[in-house]
Amino acid sequence: MSTISLNEVCMRTLGLENPWSMASYEKIGGYKIWRKIVTEKTPPEQIIEQLKLANLRGRGGAGFPTGLKWSFMSRNTPGQKYVVCNSDEGEPGTFKDRDILRFNPHQVIEGMAIAGYVMGATIGYNYLRGEFIEPFERCEQALNEARAAGLIGKNILGTDLNFELHHFLGAGAYICGEETALLESLEGKKGFPRFKPPFPANYGLYGRPTNINNTESYASVPVILQKGGQWFLDLGVPNNGGTKIFCISGHVNKPGNYEIPLGTPFKTLLEMAGGVRGGKQLKAVIPGGSSVPILPGATMMQLNMDYDSISKAGSMLGSGGVICMDENTDMVKVLERIAYFYYEESCGQCTPCREGTGWLMRTIKRIVSGKGQMRDLELLISVSDNIMGRTICALGDAAAMPVLSFIKHFRSEFEAYIQNG
Amino acid sequence: MVEIEINGKKIEAAQGSMIIEVADQHDVRIPRFCYHKKLSVAANCRMCLVEVGDVRKPLPACATPITQGMKVFTRSKLALDAQRAVMEFLLINHPLDCPVCDQGGECELQDLAMGYGRDVSRFNLGKRAVSDHDVGPLIETEMTRCIHCTRCVRFGKEIAGLHELGVMNRGEHLEISTLVGRAITSELSGNMIDVCPVGALTSKPYRFSARAWELTQRPGIAAHDGVGSYIYAHTIHNEVKRIVPRECEALNETWVSDRDRFSYEGLYHKDRVLTPKIKRNGHWEEVNWSDALAFAAERLRAVSDTQGADALGALASPNSSCEEFYLFQKLMRGLGSAHIDHRLRQHDFSDENQFAAYPHSGVTLTELAKADVILLLGSIVRKEQPIVAHRIRMASLTGATVLVVNPLDDTFQFNVASKQIVPGGDLLLGIAKIAKALVAGSEKIKPSAAIAEFLKDITVDDTAQQQANYLKDAKQAVIFLGALALNHPQAAAIRGMADFIAQHTQTTLGLLCEGANSAGAYLMGAVPHRLPGGQNSTKQGESTQAMVLSEKINAMILLGLEAEYDLAYAHRAQKALKNMQTVIALTAYQTPHLLNYAEVILPITPSAEMAGTFVNMQGDTLAFSALTSPQGQSRPAWKILRVLANLLAIEGFDYQTLEDVQQEIAPHLTTAKPTQRWSFAAPQLELAERLRIAPVPIYAQDPLVRRATALQHTPDAAFGGVRINSAEAQALGLAQALEVLVRQQECEVRLPLVIDEHIPNGAVYLASGIPETRDLDGAYEAIYLEQVVDNHA
Amino acid sequence: MEQLITFELTPKMRLDIDAWVNKFPPEKKSSAVIAALTIVQNQENWLSLAMMNAVADYLHMPQSAVYEVATFYSMYNLEPTGQYRIDVCTNVSCMLCGCDTIVAHLKERLNIGFGETTKDGRFTLKEVECLAACGGAPALQVDGQYHEHLTPEKVDAILARLEAKA
Ligand SMILES: Cc1cc2nc3c(=O)[nH]c(=O)nc-3n(C[C@H](O)[C@H](O)[C@H](O)COP(=O)(O)O)c2cc1C
Ligand code: SF4
Ligand code: FES
Repeated sequence: MSTISLNEVCMRTLGLENPWSMASYEKIGGYKIWRKIVTEKTPPEQIIEQLKLANLRGRGGAGFPTGLKWSFMSRNTPGQKYVVCNSDEGEPGTFKDRDILRFNPHQVIEGMAIAGYVMGATIGYNYLRGEFIEPFERCEQALNEARAAGLIGKNILGTDLNFELHHFLGAGAYICGEETALLESLEGKKGFPRFKPPFPANYGLYGRPTNINNTESYASVPVILQKGGQWFLDLGVPNNGGTKIFCISGHVNKPGNYEIPLGTPFKTLLEMAGGVRGGKQLKAVIPGGSSVPILPGATMMQLNMDYDSISKAGSMLGSGGVICMDENTDMVKVLERIAYFYYEESCGQCTPCREGTGWLMRTIKRIVSGKGQMRDLELLISVSDNIMGRTICALGDAAAMPVLSFIKHFRSEFEAYIQNG
Repeated sequence: MVEIEINGKKIEAAQGSMIIEVADQHDVRIPRFCYHKKLSVAANCRMCLVEVGDVRKPLPACATPITQGMKVFTRSKLALDAQRAVMEFLLINHPLDCPVCDQGGECELQDLAMGYGRDVSRFNLGKRAVSDHDVGPLIETEMTRCIHCTRCVRFGKEIAGLHELGVMNRGEHLEISTLVGRAITSELSGNMIDVCPVGALTSKPYRFSARAWELTQRPGIAAHDGVGSYIYAHTIHNEVKRIVPRECEALNETWVSDRDRFSYEGLYHKDRVLTPKIKRNGHWEEVNWSDALAFAAERLRAVSDTQGADALGALASPNSSCEEFYLFQKLMRGLGSAHIDHRLRQHDFSDENQFAAYPHSGVTLTELAKADVILLLGSIVRKEQPIVAHRIRMASLTGATVLVVNPLDDTFQFNVASKQIVPGGDLLLGIAKIAKALVAGSEKIKPSAAIAEFLKDITVDDTAQQQANYLKDAKQAVIFLGALALNHPQAAAIRGMADFIAQHTQTTLGLLCEGANSAGAYLMGAVPHRLPGGQNSTKQGESTQAMVLSEKINAMILLGLEAEYDLAYAHRAQKALKNMQTVIALTAYQTPHLLNYAEVILPITPSAEMAGTFVNMQGDTLAFSALTSPQGQSRPAWKILRVLANLLAIEGFDYQTLEDVQQEIAPHLTTAKPTQRWSFAAPQLELAERLRIAPVPIYAQDPLVRRATALQHTPDAAFGGVRINSAEAQALGLAQALEVLVRQQECEVRLPLVIDEHIPNGAVYLASGIPETRDLDGAYEAIYLEQVVDNHA
Repeated sequence: MEQLITFELTPKMRLDIDAWVNKFPPEKKSSAVIAALTIVQNQENWLSLAMMNAVADYLHMPQSAVYEVATFYSMYNLEPTGQYRIDVCTNVSCMLCGCDTIVAHLKERLNIGFGETTKDGRFTLKEVECLAACGGAPALQVDGQYHEHLTPEKVDAILARLEAKA
């Protein structure tokens, strides 16, 4: 096993004393790049160029290239523009943003400030899920430090640059992680996703052009600019630049966050996480948060942890939430719990999701209770197909994909429930 | 323009249109529930999924803009499968209770479900039940049937401007409700019934009274305000069962106000009088038509013969048709009297000769959309003219600035940039302040001597200055004078001052007159100073006010009105009528009050039961036919007037049919937009120290709506009490009082007192047109409030 | 008839809400509604209609708009709730790591089920979705704090601390 570089990007303050403090952050070069940009007025195109070179792909789940996203918003559009950070982190199996916010809040602040500069947005909001009270306090404290140092606010470092940043707390709703639902929530409404297009870059917060990225995406930016896009790219594998935080949970000995290069073999990651608990066999893995298709353990053992490899195997890297299940896991019950989650969290505005998630959940429950019938499996597939691709936001897909993949890979377990009652 | 293909057919359409709009224009029917052309796109029902080009997923036609060369397939396998799947999802939780659902037969869900066939559903788990909240007397809710299309919620937020219904909870628990079971208060609320595609929101008054397929649909014109909304009546067995909007983009679009929708209930009220009656020796007897008419003619003759034709007076409701107005004035003038009027609630007639051929709203409803500044002067526009209010809201949403000068601080459903709430009902002062600010701000504006003199002692405040600035900078402003201005004792001076402002800014002045046919009344000569066609009359008659107060009239003919509710001086009017030798009431309703002052009752039909013509406030001629035939022996007033004229041997009444009358009035219906100008003269009348502000509540406007049962149970119909602010209450020693003794002229009533900070100093809010105040007097006259001294205490 | 009871925001609440209002453009006061409801709930443990109406008035929002928000987010309590709401995650990772035992222990200790409140009004037990603490599964949140790697003993210690505080 080659030596794996750990915690080089978003988690780089770990190990320092009070890693969340401004002092620690500056010790590893924090705010250097922001100071440089502010004083030198680095051309925004140069920054975008570096992000594109780095091949940073959005860490919120969809993996959309961040450099490209930043180039959509023209800094010359007149009027107020916004940058928004998505720290809603609700995807089951994902718990990385919480740690970034707790242990390295300054890096998110710096990343957002840079984004604001690039896109000509003078106001930023970081939307934290309502439960993140401790991270919220850390972030507020960091923000106060940054403000006091003249790095955030009016006339940054005595220049004519302004960037105001605010932290926002939600109140419990997975759907608010969906970017347009998040904007609605920021506007003080319930989190109903908006129909796209128009996309936030044109019609975002309060109808103004808005850039939204995930916490990890923003936090990656200062390091990329500091060390260069090429450096970041080289950390990973082609088309999958940099490191990624993998949140490994479930039946492993050392669950937790591992920030490692993209392209690292899953096997290595599993080893880092201490292997399967109790020395058992790995039965299955959800490689990117509960919304992505599940893969059999054996398949996973062959794969590298990068967007392309996982996608070729029929799943997605998603948010990096890697949920491991050992040989004794009851897959039907796992799916039951997942289906319940989407049923609970559907916002309810569009028909297929509102009605379909309940139908799926109840049908699986019926199977678990021993009252299922064989045709229920076809029904589950058909209902999932009828939700997929027909909803306003991707929660519909997220609810359908687990069902399809669980039945695909573990059909016999469902059949056993049905036959044995 | 871009070219697209729908189902293989090439179609040109405007860039930016959504697929569904283009399809609708070309009669390609795409199923939908949440889409409504007048509401924002929600794209939540997913019923309109269609196949587009080589996109693998079906796309919602309501939210997908067309692009050049796009190929749309609305009935391909992909599209139909998607639509069928959505239908199946919708039926999961929708009760299959069509046989007992009021929407049965006209339900968009039912219609579509039939079209898709598949034996209903593979879903065999329990259905969701949703509890219902009472939302008031107009709308019945059965929320278990709701499919969450949110049309009603969007209607409330976007059109009515009131976020009353909301989308509560989330996911499968989504519920459309007010949460607390509060009545919906929008005066456009009934439209939610129409926009609801299923039977979740239905009409409460209509409930279970008919099935859609039994109904006959008849077009009509609503008869309560100056818009003349297009409606359909749904009738069965010669009875109106409900009213729904008939689309008319220029007037009511796809909407209709609650007043227009639910007033039909008044047609069947127990007060309806269906046989002619005369009072002999103090006793009422039912008689046949010929006896009644002969008696009426004889009584009129008696007065005219002994006291001259000048002792004859005539008052008509502004809701009368042109044909009625025309024959009414022709009868009166034929008898030799020019005392005819329809301006029932007005106080100030001093500038009547300056009026144009008919009072106009200044701009049409369509033109209103282009106004950049709208000044409402003395208008609670929502309650007076709900559709105009809606149009103002739309203009305001697209950037128009709305200004208000009012004698009380009412709420609006649109943003008001600047509000002047004038103390003591002094609207003239309010508008004069704006005039003064304009004069002070420009050398070019040269006021007339009268204006200069009046403005001399007036000081401008910030609000007036701000309003003046808006008007000065406006490219196209409108000043609307509402009922509170038109019925004001200084109405003429208010008009003159407003006109001065209009002349010196890019402003059009418009009047929002009461009733459905004020314009028609003018054009038909139902005013004392004008002949049909707006010709000046050589013989000038008396206005309503003089007829009622002068004691010169000894025989009065009333057409479609109730003195106790419809006249500005309810008390004195009743007394005067009682003292007359005869009062002949052409009326659809009888009340103890009417029985007291009238001598002859000739039962007429409300406009719903006859044909006729209205001219609305923007000068459109609106012809209508009967929705049902007359009830009982009631007859359209034009027929009664014709026979009466024949009996009185007046020439020129040889009409056989209504068309004969219409031919005769046609030349007078040239309704080109008139130029309206009023010059200012200082008011002759000083305002009382404490002025009664007496708006007519929305559902007290006319005899028909006053008898519409459901509307009478809305919060709008609840008596608001005598309202003064706390400072006034303090000054009057009434701070603790729950009741007050209200005095006007020699009348006195005891009424509940409400402290309301929306009422400025020097003003007492006390509505007119309602039972609580029908024995009081002057709507905008002095009013005295005193403590109730309870003898029993 | 709880509609009739009116609720007044305390000066402290107003101050706290104002701080949130200031984060948003002046004409976008309603952006502060989520925080405002949280502020009131932190004090009162739940949100009654009167409290929601008070927030609506303060932020110049239609009442229905506030109800929409209050009924949407899962952290709001629309019924009287215990002083401490114990939010136990039962989502996949916690489930894989034995949250059943923790739930059973809590139910037994408190003698209540999910959605119920102890008789003394101290605790309400609530099943919640993933808390983003899967690395420390099983996890729960109470009193604004996360507790991870739960064991029945840890749960007892948490309850003891809260009981002492209450
Ligand atoms: C149902 C749903 C939930 C989501 N939750 C999150 C989330 O918690 N955090 C997040 O960053 N992105 C989430 N996303 C993705 C966002 O919509 C969006 O793509 C992302 O914030 C973009 O940031 P990125 O480009 O940096 O990845 C979610 C998407 C969906 C459909
Ligand atoms: S897919 Fe589900 S969560 Fe997304 S908008 Fe539709 S109903 Fe809401
Ligand atoms: S599954 Fe429990 S915290 Fe994520």
